[in-house]
Amino acid sequence: MDTVKLTIKNQPDLYLEADTICPDTFAGKKAEEIAGLHVYIGREQHRLGDFFEVSGNAGATPEETKIVVNGDLSRVKYIGMKMTGGEVVVNGNADMYVGAWMQGGKITVNGNVDAFAGTGMKGGEIVINGNAGNYLGAAYRGDWRGMQGGKITVTGNAGSDIGTFMNGGEIVIGGDVDVHVATHAEGGKIIIKGNAKSRLGGQMVEGEIYVLGDIDVMMPGFAYREDVDVDMDGIKGRFALYEGDLGERHRKRKGQTIYAKLYQRIEA
Amino acid sequence: MSELLIRNGFVFDPLQGIKGDRMDIGVKDGKIVEPGTLKNAKTIDAAGMTVMAGGVDIHSHVVGPKVNVGRLFRPEDKLFKSPYKSPTCSRMEMGSSVPSTFKTGYDYARMGYVFVNEAAMPPLHSPHVHEEIRDTPIIDNAAMPVFGNNWFTLEYLKNNEIENNAAYTAWLLRATRGFGIKVVNPGGSEAWGWGLNCVNIHDPVPYFDITPAEIVKGLIETNEFLGLPHSVHLHCNNLGNPGNYVDTIESLKLAEGYAPKNDFGREQVLHLTHLQFHSYGGDSWGNFESRAKDVMDYVNAHDNLTFDMGQVTLDETTTMTADGPFEHHLCSLNHLKWANVDVELETAAGVVPYIYSPKVKVCTIQWAVGLELALFSKDMMRTFITTDHPNAGPFTRYPQVITWLMSRAARDETMKTFKWLDKTIDATSIDSIDRELDLYEIAQMTRAGPAKALGISNTYGGLAPGMDADIAVYALNPENMPSDPTDIEKAFSRCAWLVKDGIVTVRDGEVIAEPAKRTVWVDVKVPENAQVQRDIYEHFLRHYSVKLDNYSLFDEHLHNPRVIEVDTTQ
Repeated sequence: MDTVKLTIKNQPDLYLEADTICPDTFAGKKAEEIAGLHVYIGREQHRLGDFFEVSGNAGATPEETKIVVNGDLSRVKYIGMKMTGGEVVVNGNADMYVGAWMQGGKITVNGNVDAFAGTGMKGGEIVINGNAGNYLGAAYRGDWRGMQGGKITVTGNAGSDIGTFMNGGEIVIGGDVDVHVATHAEGGKIIIKGNAKSRLGGQMVEGEIYVLGDIDVMMPGFAYREDVDVDMDGIKGRFALYEGDLGERHRKRKGQTIYAKLYQRIEA
Repeated sequence: MSELLIRNGFVFDPLQGIKGDRMDIGVKDGKIVEPGTLKNAKTIDAAGMTVMAGGVDIHSHVVGPKVNVGRLFRPEDKLFKSPYKSPTCSRMEMGSSVPSTFKTGYDYARMGYVFVNEAAMPPLHSPHVHEEIRDTPIIDNAAMPVFGNNWFTLEYLKNNEIENNAAYTAWLLRATRGFGIKVVNPGGSEAWGWGLNCVNIHDPVPYFDITPAEIVKGLIETNEFLGLPHSVHLHCNNLGNPGNYVDTIESLKLAEGYAPKNDFGREQVLHLTHLQFHSYGGDSWGNFESRAKDVMDYVNAHDNLTFDMGQVTLDETTTMTADGPFEHHLCSLNHLKWANVDVELETAAGVVPYIYSPKVKVCTIQWAVGLELALFSKDMMRTFITTDHPNAGPFTRYPQVITWLMSRAARDETMKTFKWLDKTIDATSIDSIDRELDLYEIAQMTRAGPAKALGISNTYGGLAPGMDADIAVYALNPENMPSDPTDIEKAFSRCAWLVKDGIVTVRDGEVIAEPAKRTVWVDVKVPENAQVQRDIYEHFLRHYSVKLDNYSLFDEHLHNPRVIEVDTTQ
């Protein structure tokens, strides 16, 4: 695997749209060609090299390409957007849409990310060693196709509206989350190791939410069923199982109605 | 002023019966003239190319409140699909199935179209419709107010007061600067206000106690009493459901015994729109099948009818209609988002996104039904290409529809992508049809026919001297048609030249000028009618949320009008 190193040297005055920072775009290119790729500030077109020091050549394919981005990237959007393979390591905070519509490969962010990371994600893995903003693994504005596959791990906290319209895949949050979890979801799994606030699973049709900490306010659309033992991926304990959202449509399998499931740990 | 000579093209003009003759078309001061009268003309070399009149779209939802709801509630319709960056236009072109006004105008022009009839104008919101017409460049627009669920109409027709209904119709056409009588799910959208529907033409409307059949017949009588350019334009009851071909044929039979009465060359009394959505057999989605043959046997045998296809193009699109109950029904099938609105005394509307997928059996059968209707038709002057934009697909897919109609190979290529090919073939006749339409028939279906049915064939849809100089030139040689059908699609997607009102508007598929667009409306003079005046006053006093003085369109909303005058007092 060949490594391309990008180090930010000039901060943009506004926000930089840099969906070109992606193994799929870099593959087969030399450092100087990569520096010549286009990035945008609003409607103005710039070169990637205007903002970044570029060193190292990319591999022949996305899978053989690793990108390491260093510095404060809190004004850089769309890192790793639509990537299908390879690896991206971000050493610093990144702005919105990290790994949006990602299909494969791995992104590691050693820092915080802003909103919409992993939007519409179909596959691959995102690891955020820090906090995530709102709309993590959610759908694009207006769209009903949220996260469909892959895995997002956040070691810190996440914002509101995570997993909106989620259809598949997994989101693991090490810390706490804000309001609205898995709204409209029709599949997938969200694990919250810390506390949650309220409105978990609103209009949720199918899928699973696990909360290891407290929930401030439970949705009235979720009904308590029973206490169950869970032993899954290192998560162990006795959980209260709730089913919902009772106000939504639900499909049936073998005569049984399938509800979305919300597990809250009552005993470690 | 400016003169133009379009030289040596293969000309197709069904209004004059010209079938691909190699000839010149002259243009002077925005009108078509005999080429011999030109003195100092600029020349466009159309040798080896197809020349037709500018396209006329009889049914498309391009302007107005429900289109805008579609734009607003589908931001994802713009994602990765726009903006198209034109090398010649500076306007942002946004959206795919619900494009921005600018993209709408430019894309129609790029396909060689010059006239688009907005298919449903809620009368109360006519100012919005006209403001968007103004903002849609190049193409001339008309807009049809909806009548089929209007309280005035229901009351007059209930009492069989055709003359009063005609006076009200004339008043509303003027108040909204409308073009003709549109009927959407007659009675059903009013019933929707009660949470109900009219599922067949004998199902009475709650409270008003009038049936859809009585509404349609009454409106045909009203239309012919007034002698409007266009006929009643009907979206039948029970759209989109298995087995609805029975209701459709019953609706068609309502036109029996009526003859057209007008001074505009129109020969039909009833236009059936998006007939594809109304030609289904079976009694469930499981045994859903095509009944295009049955419907077309009836249409072919009755020449006081015209129809447009409403062809499914197998895209992700946005459905929008004044058929409120249907949109609710659709939302309960696909579980996507739903917008719904009630328009006081007049109509309703709903909007739902929809994906016509080649992997879904019902969608591929719908695709076949639309094409079968056209391919079974014996009179292409009564058969028009539409996608009921954006309901069955975006209008930008007309070139694909044309290609399917012109090429069996293109149909086969598309059918190869079907997941349920065998079941689709079993449920339809499409695989047994070898018919391929020619360019003359395409010209009938896309300009001459619609212009004649709209009653505007003295101005649009043809190339006779005196008509508007709207001319589309396509890079297609009828003597040497491309072997690859995708080349036909390319040629119709981006015309080589479009001349509108004598101004070269498109060259090599890109817009290079924006000639002044017009709003076409119908002004009907009727005798004073004190009864109707009083009824209007009373309804506005008691029931409307706006005052009568604020209802009629203000002149500043009306953009560059072209008035078609009808005088019934003579």
